[in-house]
Amino acid sequence: MTAFASIRDLTVTYRRDSGEVAALKTISLDIMAGERLAVIGESGSGKSTLALAIAGLLPASARIDGRIDWFLRPSSTLGAKAPPLSGRTEGGVTELQPFKSEIGKIPLGGRDIGFIFQDPSASLDPVMTVGKQIAEVARAHLDLTWPQAYAKAKTLFERVRLPDPDSALRAFPHQLSGGQKQRVAIAAAIAAGPKLLIADEATSALDTIVQAEIVALIRRLVAEDGMTLLFVSHDIALAAELADRIAVFRHGELVELGTTAQIVSVPTQAYTRALLDAHIGLDAEPLLNRPRLDA
Amino acid sequence: MSPLRRLLRTPEAVAGAIILAALIAMALSASLLFPGDPQAIAGSALLPPFQDWSLPLGTDRLGRNVLAELFHGARTSLAVGLAAAAAALAIGAVIGTLAGFAGGLADEVLMRITDAFQTVPGFLLALAFVSVVGPSLGIVVIAIALGTWPGPARIARAEILSIRERDYVASARAIGMHPLEIAFREVLPNALPPVLAMSSVIVAAAILTEAALSFLGLGDPNRVTWGGMISEGRAVLRTAPFLSIIPGLALVLTVLGVYLAGEGIAETTAVRRGLS
Amino acid sequence: MTRALILLRRRLVGSIFVLLIVVIGTFLLLEAAPGDAIDAYIVSTGGDAGMIELLRHRWGLDQSELTRLANYLWALLHLDLGQSVTFSRPIRDVILERLPNTLLLMGSATALSFGLGSALGIYAGAKPGSFRDRFLSIGSLALYAVPGFWLGLVLIVVFAVDLRWLPIGGIETLASDKIGLDRAADIATHLVLPVAALGFIYLALYLRMMRAGMAEVWRQDFVLAARAKGLSRRRIVLAHVARNALLPLVTMLGLQSAQMLGGSVVIESVFSVPGLGRLAQEAVAARDTPLLLGIILASAVLVIVINFLVDIAYAFLDPRVGAGEAGA
Repeated sequence: MTAFASIRDLTVTYRRDSGEVAALKTISLDIMAGERLAVIGESGSGKSTLALAIAGLLPASARIDGRIDWFLRPSSTLGAKAPPLSGRTEGGVTELQPFKSEIGKIPLGGRDIGFIFQDPSASLDPVMTVGKQIAEVARAHLDLTWPQAYAKAKTLFERVRLPDPDSALRAFPHQLSGGQKQRVAIAAAIAAGPKLLIADEATSALDTIVQAEIVALIRRLVAEDGMTLLFVSHDIALAAELADRIAVFRHGELVELGTTAQIVSVPTQAYTRALLDAHIGLDAEPLLNRPRLDA
Repeated sequence: MSPLRRLLRTPEAVAGAIILAALIAMALSASLLFPGDPQAIAGSALLPPFQDWSLPLGTDRLGRNVLAELFHGARTSLAVGLAAAAAALAIGAVIGTLAGFAGGLADEVLMRITDAFQTVPGFLLALAFVSVVGPSLGIVVIAIALGTWPGPARIARAEILSIRERDYVASARAIGMHPLEIAFREVLPNALPPVLAMSSVIVAAAILTEAALSFLGLGDPNRVTWGGMISEGRAVLRTAPFLSIIPGLALVLTVLGVYLAGEGIAETTAVRRGLS
Repeated sequence: MTRALILLRRRLVGSIFVLLIVVIGTFLLLEAAPGDAIDAYIVSTGGDAGMIELLRHRWGLDQSELTRLANYLWALLHLDLGQSVTFSRPIRDVILERLPNTLLLMGSATALSFGLGSALGIYAGAKPGSFRDRFLSIGSLALYAVPGFWLGLVLIVVFAVDLRWLPIGGIETLASDKIGLDRAADIATHLVLPVAALGFIYLALYLRMMRAGMAEVWRQDFVLAARAKGLSRRRIVLAHVARNALLPLVTMLGLQSAQMLGGSVVIESVFSVPGLGRLAQEAVAARDTPLLLGIILASAVLVIVINFLVDIAYAFLDPRVGAGEAGA
């Protein structure tokens, strides 16, 4: 497997009234092409900051050090290349198109990276029809007219299994349930066919049954489109269900990184063990072999 | 940091404070610097400003000292502005507290009355009130307050509604305090800050309304007002526009000073709340 | 549009009570006025004590207060506001004659202040904390401190007296026999200065509200989501941030209508625009209290109607309005 993005010495500092708070401390991590990587940790562990940093969505007040190098294949599906944003050119893999960027600038938001937020009630514009909120993504990146973009939105609604896609196009967010809203948000995230899908606590605002449905939906979409998945969660059980690899964060540091089987059965760090114990007692088996729900 | 120093942290707040201080100084020193009747004739008529240094801002068409009028006008503007705002805030706080605390029919009736006062243009109401009762300083104050109290009343009511269910109110009820006593001694003081936060806007509006009333000839005829000066100057607008422009500039500066100081205070309290 | 209808019905019920309170209030003011319509009438026309008695009886002024309030209400139900002594005509006719000019002035001033104010507010709020944001913020605060009537005089001095670009007052050139587009253009030239004097304060208000509203919306999650979708900055600012920040401005449009009507009293006096506001000033000058109170009633009705319209506009702009009730 080859690296899709390579994070080196990433440090993010927020300025607060009381001084500076480091949300991430010299993180180095490779995201492999096509893998499903879970990032887990408690609140304040820096996991969401990592997701925002990768997507280039950190607020202007955040200070960012380190770098993220992207290795995007010359884009065949979309016919467009990511414009290089900054200068340094050492390293890189020759047959790939090396893409280097200073942290804080992403290759192409929306087109290369789809982002799903925690609370779908807050992440959808309350006064725009959800159809338009999907269509505007398709229009921005796929060079479509509005009618074409709406047609695309309808196809996407079918893909995320929204009931009655036709009338859903004209619905406003407040007319949908929490689960339906998150399906809309997912449709928006994948509208332009991104290579990387980032789900930042995408299920934690939903109740358990809906949560399982959304996880199954994400798994199916990632498999169908061959996307790389970065799944950020505080829930190690949920992460284990979905991910190939798990990265455990605590206090802004990467505590442990390994395959899901390694992390769940033979964690090397006491903190990881504590997280597991909190969930399943001492026996890790049920976590690995839980029946899977399919969307 | 002392509260004052914190208040003066932004340049806007400093500017506002300086303007207000100058204005208060003008109002307080008016009788000292320009004793006697400011409406008395002081020199030849229509003397332009910066010609005669005993009459720095010149004279109006009756030969009255413009600078003296400006100082005495500051008094009226400040006095009416502050008094009307205080009256509006007091009426608003009382009505809002009663409505919010009583609830039910009383609340409904009081709020419809508030609606009615907000539906009638405040300036028209003031105009009608002064013209029916007759112009004097006190009447002008009441007239302005009549059109201004609904805003504070609504805010006070909203605040009371959120406070009245809290624990200390319940405990006051439990020890058998009279409802009115609870309303005005326990609840109202806690509901005041957001109401008082409106004061700069209300003072500014009151000063502007007073000026507009005087401009239409409905101010207290025995006092110099900036609005009256502007109206006086209007008769000679073509030949001596400065007579209208000078008091107008004083008005603009005053109102701006009130706004700026108000923003400074709002920012200070916001910072304090953010830190606590 | 059922949501709008539900809102309107609720509003209508409230408005009837509000109007009733306004009517009783104006009646009390009328009672408090020293002297009555007869005194004013006699002052202007002359007459003896016998005639005063006769008139008092004919106009029902010798009855008890409650009867007179009932008479007053009954007359109002028939849209009868009484007789203006100054104009020797029904008050209703005088008001209806002046109303169009005021509506034209207010409508233009609202269009100017709302259009330009929100546009400048978007321009400032698109980049919070930038130089242009601070400049427009301070500038609008300064503008907000300017009394409209004084601004009107300054505009007259500059544009009518010194530059002679625009007429000094009035609503149209008298006895010019202009018709059609010529007349419209003539009225438009006469309206430029009063509209500017009346509208600039509100321009500052809408600018400040838009800017503050946008600062608030920038912090919302859906704006972050819009950035994550890779939308252009232009689209984020206009379609999402400004679109959401516009809603409180529309509410303000209704709340400010009463204020603006009050402001037009002074502006119409400065520019001699024969509208409702100038009529109010004439009524004060002539001590014609019934006329003044008729104007107040008419203004209250106007404000209620404007708020109706604003409510409908708001329901179209915000899909959430009334949704809870319609679903329940």
